[in-house]
Amino acid sequence: MSRDRRTPFNRVGEFLNQWSVPRQMRGADHRTDAARSRMSETLRPRLEDADRVGTSICPYCAVGCAQLVYARDGRAIHVEGDPRSPINEGTLCPKGSATIGWMNAPDRLSKVLHRAPYSDRWEEKPLDWAMDRIAHLTRQTRDETFVEALPGGETVNHTLGLASLGGATLDNEENYAIKKLFGGGLGMVWIENQARV
Amino acid sequence: MPSLGTSYGRGAATLAQWDLAKSDCVVIMGSNMAENHPIAFRFVMQAKAKGAAVVHADPRFTRTSALADIYAPVRAGSDIAFLGGIIRYLLENDAWFRDYALAYTNLSTIIRDDFQGPEDLDGVFSGFEPDMKAYFVDSWQYEGMAVPSPRSEHHPQTEMDFTACAGRMSEKPPHRDPTLRHPQCVYQIMRRHYARYTPEMVERVTGCRKETFLKICETLARNSGRERTSAFCYAVGWTHHSTGVQIIRAAAIIQALLGNVGRPGGGILALRGHSSIQGSTDIPTLYNMLPGYLAQPNVNKSHGSLDDYLKGETPPTGWWHNEPKYVISLLKAWYGDRATAANDYGFDWVPKIIGDHSQLPMTLAIRDNVIKGMFLLGQNPAIGGSNSRLVQRGLAELDWLVVRDFAETETAAFWYQGCPVRDGELAPSDIKTEVFLMPASIAGEKDGTFTNTHRLVQWHDKVVDGPGDSRSELWFIHHLAKRLKALYADSRDARDRPIQALNWPYPEVDARGEPDVEAVLKEINGYTCGDETPVGTFKDLKDDGSTACGCWIYSGVYPKEGHNQARSRKADGPGGPGTHLGWAFAWPANRRTLYNRASADLDGKPWSEEKTLVWWDADKESWQSPDAIDFEPSKAPGYQPDWNQKPEGMDALDGGSPFIMTADGKAALFVPSGLKDAPLPTHYEPIESPVLNPLYAQQSVPTAKRWNREDNPYHAPEDAQYPHILTTYRLTEHHSGGTPTRSVPSTAELQPEGFCEIPPELAARHGLRTGDWVVLETSRGAVETRALVTSRLRPFEIDGRAVFQIGMPWHFGWRGYATGDVANVLTSIVGDANTTMHENKALTCRLRPGRLSGGRR
Repeated sequence: MSRDRRTPFNRVGEFLNQWSVPRQMRGADHRTDAARSRMSETLRPRLEDADRVGTSICPYCAVGCAQLVYARDGRAIHVEGDPRSPINEGTLCPKGSATIGWMNAPDRLSKVLHRAPYSDRWEEKPLDWAMDRIAHLTRQTRDETFVEALPGGETVNHTLGLASLGGATLDNEENYAIKKLFGGGLGMVWIENQARV
Repeated sequence: MPSLGTSYGRGAATLAQWDLAKSDCVVIMGSNMAENHPIAFRFVMQAKAKGAAVVHADPRFTRTSALADIYAPVRAGSDIAFLGGIIRYLLENDAWFRDYALAYTNLSTIIRDDFQGPEDLDGVFSGFEPDMKAYFVDSWQYEGMAVPSPRSEHHPQTEMDFTACAGRMSEKPPHRDPTLRHPQCVYQIMRRHYARYTPEMVERVTGCRKETFLKICETLARNSGRERTSAFCYAVGWTHHSTGVQIIRAAAIIQALLGNVGRPGGGILALRGHSSIQGSTDIPTLYNMLPGYLAQPNVNKSHGSLDDYLKGETPPTGWWHNEPKYVISLLKAWYGDRATAANDYGFDWVPKIIGDHSQLPMTLAIRDNVIKGMFLLGQNPAIGGSNSRLVQRGLAELDWLVVRDFAETETAAFWYQGCPVRDGELAPSDIKTEVFLMPASIAGEKDGTFTNTHRLVQWHDKVVDGPGDSRSELWFIHHLAKRLKALYADSRDARDRPIQALNWPYPEVDARGEPDVEAVLKEINGYTCGDETPVGTFKDLKDDGSTACGCWIYSGVYPKEGHNQARSRKADGPGGPGTHLGWAFAWPANRRTLYNRASADLDGKPWSEEKTLVWWDADKESWQSPDAIDFEPSKAPGYQPDWNQKPEGMDALDGGSPFIMTADGKAALFVPSGLKDAPLPTHYEPIESPVLNPLYAQQSVPTAKRWNREDNPYHAPEDAQYPHILTTYRLTEHHSGGTPTRSVPSTAELQPEGFCEIPPELAARHGLRTGDWVVLETSRGAVETRALVTSRLRPFEIDGRAVFQIGMPWHFGWRGYATGDVANVLTSIVGDANTTMHENKALTCRLRPGRLSGGRR
């Protein structure tokens, strides 16, 4: 945008015109009329353009602060504390306030990366290909390592060849599904999360 | 959380966070609450504004200390000496709440006469088997009967027939001596046990001046009792020890003696670190439990058949007598129509554990090539795992690794950036591991529930899609399950029956194929088989296969079709009762304060008007409360079991037994079973300590899990090569393994680089100033980092000589915007006997100025 050429005289005049103190001295209310400036005239609520808001829970620690997530065109634009929550009453800590930064982090992955054995690089792969490959490897490892009974005859029906780690950052429904499929379905016993770290 | 579980019945915080505002005294220990749980700390500040005393005991002076009325510096790893000193103070000065503790704890119960403690046996308890480094707990039992534990393992290690002896709990009440004179009653045993924990000994062991210690004892006692209540808050500063469970046990004893449990503003608040770490313990992605604190079948126990399992795991008395209903309903949820009475509801399909399969032994099993394929779901063990070099080296032994996270973690990058590669030990071309790094959705991008630190199950909405191919973990598991079921569909092999039988009915609700999360929540809640109507409470569950339930303690979270209580957002307004029953759902049965029947006396009358929570209404013949009542709603205070009828379950607990999950209805000051290391908390030095145990000849806890090997060596006590204490900790601006904050510009900018805190006296010895490079070293590895010279860490005089502590935050790694060396390179793989929790809060190290010559590790 091109800007008008402004002389020092113009600038001083503009400053005096915009500065709230002279107007306050003339009796204008510092909270309303005197607070106005050319900049404030153009200020808009940052959530004005949101087309969606949902309730969320802070993804960091376990205090469980409630959040409001505002979005526009399928992208989160703002996250703030939910004032209705008896836990945080609208507040958030430095981590909770960074939730929008987590959702929109510059380093977020959007594609599956695959590193083949002995390779020196990541390669992007389709999601379906990765799911098929992981299902195949899971079956193969399970079949190679499954133990139905110990040498003494005790039934164990487990595999020690597969492990899963993580869960404390996930939803209850996800933990349930992990334990059900990995434990109840595949016979995995190495299933752990951050509860011990 | 076996400590709170064995003491009170449930391994969870006893009160809601907001309830701290009603406390008269808040003791924060093992936590830097102001910095690590700042929003919860608001309630402590609200209590303080109303006149409450705030006490902080910690190795470091932090912002929590700065806001406390009394700060006690204590040496890392000396907490039980401090708390044991408080127990002695309360007992010897008769400062405990007699009416409460006599009625509601096992203080007067008589323990077997062959029980002996560390006073008699030079630091260990009776039943210790030195060869096994384990206890047989026969002698820890009540006189004439064995007592099943309320935690998931109801069946402890004994020489006697435990189940048969436990059956005697249905025949008569435990032998008690209300005069407390019997030499084997818990009161007398505790007096003997804690006799040597004098204020002078507390000073000698912890380094805290006895005047400060006594001031804390007086403050706590003055603010507890009939009219006042005190609360304890703790976090991983207590759990990360080889004696972590026993530290929390000591607090549980204090709070029960003082009558603070189950009452407004009283109790114990466990402050946990991840958004759903409580949920992932309740619905455990843990090796030793099934959902709802049921035991994972174990080949070393009598779990050969469903009948044997239920016989061994079902206590005769107390609420846990209902266990078969929960086990069979879980099997119905997992295996649906394929689970029938004829096949033991598929019990044999549930894998049996053969030992400890938790994270520390898992780390070694990866290194030792036992584990071939691995899923990492939102965890970053290269940073968070103890002995990080061993962790990183081990990953190269895997055949394949799936990492699901929102950004590339250090763990995912191990094959080209991990320490074995940077050290030149391995090149990527040597590493066979096939690695998948998959983008994951986070809260705000998926529906689901988190369970917070006080058992509150809260729903979060999906507002936007995660970027590109990001998916929820539920999506991943669901689509993996579908593929595996297809791959195994034609198998006739018996070993493939579980995956074929697995009930997987979840509909997909959007174009990406995300499953219906409420369908999973409904299964967790439980439903009637056939018509699939949700159950309203766990009282509706049956042991005949007619109900299915994924996690019985969550019953009520989805009580009716279309009613998702976790999504309810009705807080009490100003002037309301402040229990907020309409805000989300707290397990069990929406109870906000656990054991709240204890807020009333034996007659059902509140101990004080000011601290009213639950009371007996004789006219209505029921208990009344603004909270959901944690007791049988119409059991009269005067109810006595009819012992001629051999009462079972709740019939065996009288009307004055608020701790309904324990077998005798009482809080366990003395724990007869459920713990592997001690029935009473006892001070042992950390596995690595610069001093010898001033209290006993037994240096460290004899039952600790040790894996002493070439790549995981330990330092001997008083090892002159490693003279300083090292303690690791967290920062306000960073989160655990660090990816969710080190990759976020705002938090990375606030706390941009790793450092360690060094006391000025130690810095002076090395000529160090803030900002200088230093090298910290243990026998596991070395790191370089910047020195922050600060009197927040002060030298201690322990047993007559100076001991220095160094503190280092453990969030940092080499990826993201905020970087630093990995503190866990220094730590070792060593575990608490009960939980296999590591000891990263208290180890030893050495310090030198300068940098690492071979580059960063």
